[in-house]
Amino acid sequence: MSELIEMQNISLKAAEMVEEGRVHKDLYSNPEIFEEELDKVFNNTWVFVGHESEVPEAGSFKTAYIGRQPVILSRDRKMNLHVLQNRCRHRGATVCEARKGKTKAFTCPYHGWGYGLDGSLRALPKPEEYDGVFDKKDMPLESLRVETYQGMVFATFNDDIEPLEDFLGAAKKWIDLFMKQGGGYPVKVLGEHRFNFPGNWKIQLENTTDAYHFPIVHKSFVTSLDEATADIFDFLDGEGFVEDLGNGHSVMVMIPQLVDLEEDLDQPIPERFAALAQALRDEGKSEDEVKKLVRAAHGTGFNLNLFPNVSCSMAFFRVLRPVSVGETEIQHVALGGEGAPDAFNRKRMRLHEHFQGPMGFGTPDDGEAWERVQKGSMAGTDGWILVNRGMNNLHDSKDGNPAGAVCSETGMRGAYRQYKKMMAAAGAAETAEEK
Amino acid sequence: MKSNTQLLAQVTEFIGYEADLLDHKGYQEWLSLWTDSGLYIVPADLNETDYLNTLNLALDDADMRRMRVARLENGESVSALSVGNTVRMMSRVRVLEAGEDVVIARCAMTLNELRHGKLVTYPANVEYTLKPTADGFKLEQKVVKLLHADGFLRTVSFIF
Repeated sequence: MSELIEMQNISLKAAEMVEEGRVHKDLYSNPEIFEEELDKVFNNTWVFVGHESEVPEAGSFKTAYIGRQPVILSRDRKMNLHVLQNRCRHRGATVCEARKGKTKAFTCPYHGWGYGLDGSLRALPKPEEYDGVFDKKDMPLESLRVETYQGMVFATFNDDIEPLEDFLGAAKKWIDLFMKQGGGYPVKVLGEHRFNFPGNWKIQLENTTDAYHFPIVHKSFVTSLDEATADIFDFLDGEGFVEDLGNGHSVMVMIPQLVDLEEDLDQPIPERFAALAQALRDEGKSEDEVKKLVRAAHGTGFNLNLFPNVSCSMAFFRVLRPVSVGETEIQHVALGGEGAPDAFNRKRMRLHEHFQGPMGFGTPDDGEAWERVQKGSMAGTDGWILVNRGMNNLHDSKDGNPAGAVCSETGMRGAYRQYKKMMAAAGAAETAEEK
Repeated sequence: MKSNTQLLAQVTEFIGYEADLLDHKGYQEWLSLWTDSGLYIVPADLNETDYLNTLNLALDDADMRRMRVARLENGESVSALSVGNTVRMMSRVRVLEAGEDVVIARCAMTLNELRHGKLVTYPANVEYTLKPTADGFKLEQKVVKLLHADGFLRTVSFIF
């Protein structure tokens, strides 16, 4: 009997392993499916590669990945953004290994081909050997389509895909709300934590729209908070909700009173922000500004999941990168305000360190749970992961989208619906062949 | 610098004592080694020294140290329960500054962690700022500069 089931699973296609309400455990552990995901999902849609504040000036760059493919995000002298494949057109070496920096050119270390910030091939040693063989202008670093929204930079290998703003759709409203946490200053990247875990990327994708785990996995974090703050994080019985925003995106509102950080500015200053408020007053900030900055310092009360690789998660960006079927790299990108008072940005960084990153009070416990999911996915020959929580209790949101309780799995179902659609379609490679 | 073997011996003894407390989870005693203003820092960016204005992996004042220890001890953290043991080797101890009020020292550390049956190794430079008192040294600052601080680390549920 078990052999029979095993045979069935092999023939089951990835798209068929996603049903409304459950997904097959092989989606976490089958290396062939992983390869198919890189092709059909990561090489085929808008993928987050960074925030504009990470490349603030002409000549600024950072390196990133789209799936397994190394890319460079750069800003040229005219301040245009480019996302370039990190691969010399000659013999294929990467032309940039630094994590970030400022440069005038990307020079291949192997034979010295030099590329401009827009990817154009500028110079190479002994060019006369190529006379009549090729023209330099035909050999730039290959560039991807790039579009931005509210400073978030996305790139895609798919030239035929819809514009970024159409892809984000109903999520745009929530990105606008998320960006209010600069406290009146433009949101800026302050730094990032990096860690990996031995598990599939979809386990992380699910986690940022999973409020159900919070009081269990993060009990030790909640214990470390003062009483008033711990009350705020006791949200499972509150008025929060999860809304399916379409295209795989979703928002999970945990703390409804922190949805719009520019409203309710008359609230008293909570105790844990008293020192920040005083530091801002000492800097000569008016009481109105102090209240606005303190409210912004909380971060938002929601996680906005953008399919497939980034979440605007309360106060930071969570960026995932699939490395292999059983390994995922994660960045927790800390945010503050460009030109905001130092005390404000310092407080934002201390709050980030408290929960996030490999040494935070939250992440290691998440990592432990995810590692267990990956291990558990190897048990038995046939098994399903449930994502049907709250299917019995859906309603229409104010914006007319399907929504469920804060601890429902509405967001996961939305992400898997998009996943199924993409996995069922012809992959990028197949489409290219047809052309 | 003139060699001061007595001071070097005192510093080395203190570093060994602190390391032994952490490997054997003597966290309450470890907390008592600190001055009230002391900072335990694990930088994420090895090029930065303005730790307060930089994002770190950890920057713990007295409150955060107390909470970090509580998290490791109170049984509520599933990852803390999964940590087997750590064994750290401290060596290459060098006194960088020997003042009346402050002694600064640096050493090499290799910390080995056993987690879910797998060994993970953390090489680091560790810098100590020590306050000499009548009861011996107190920790004013400890900076753990992991060799792979800016890489993708495994999650950490112990104290470096």
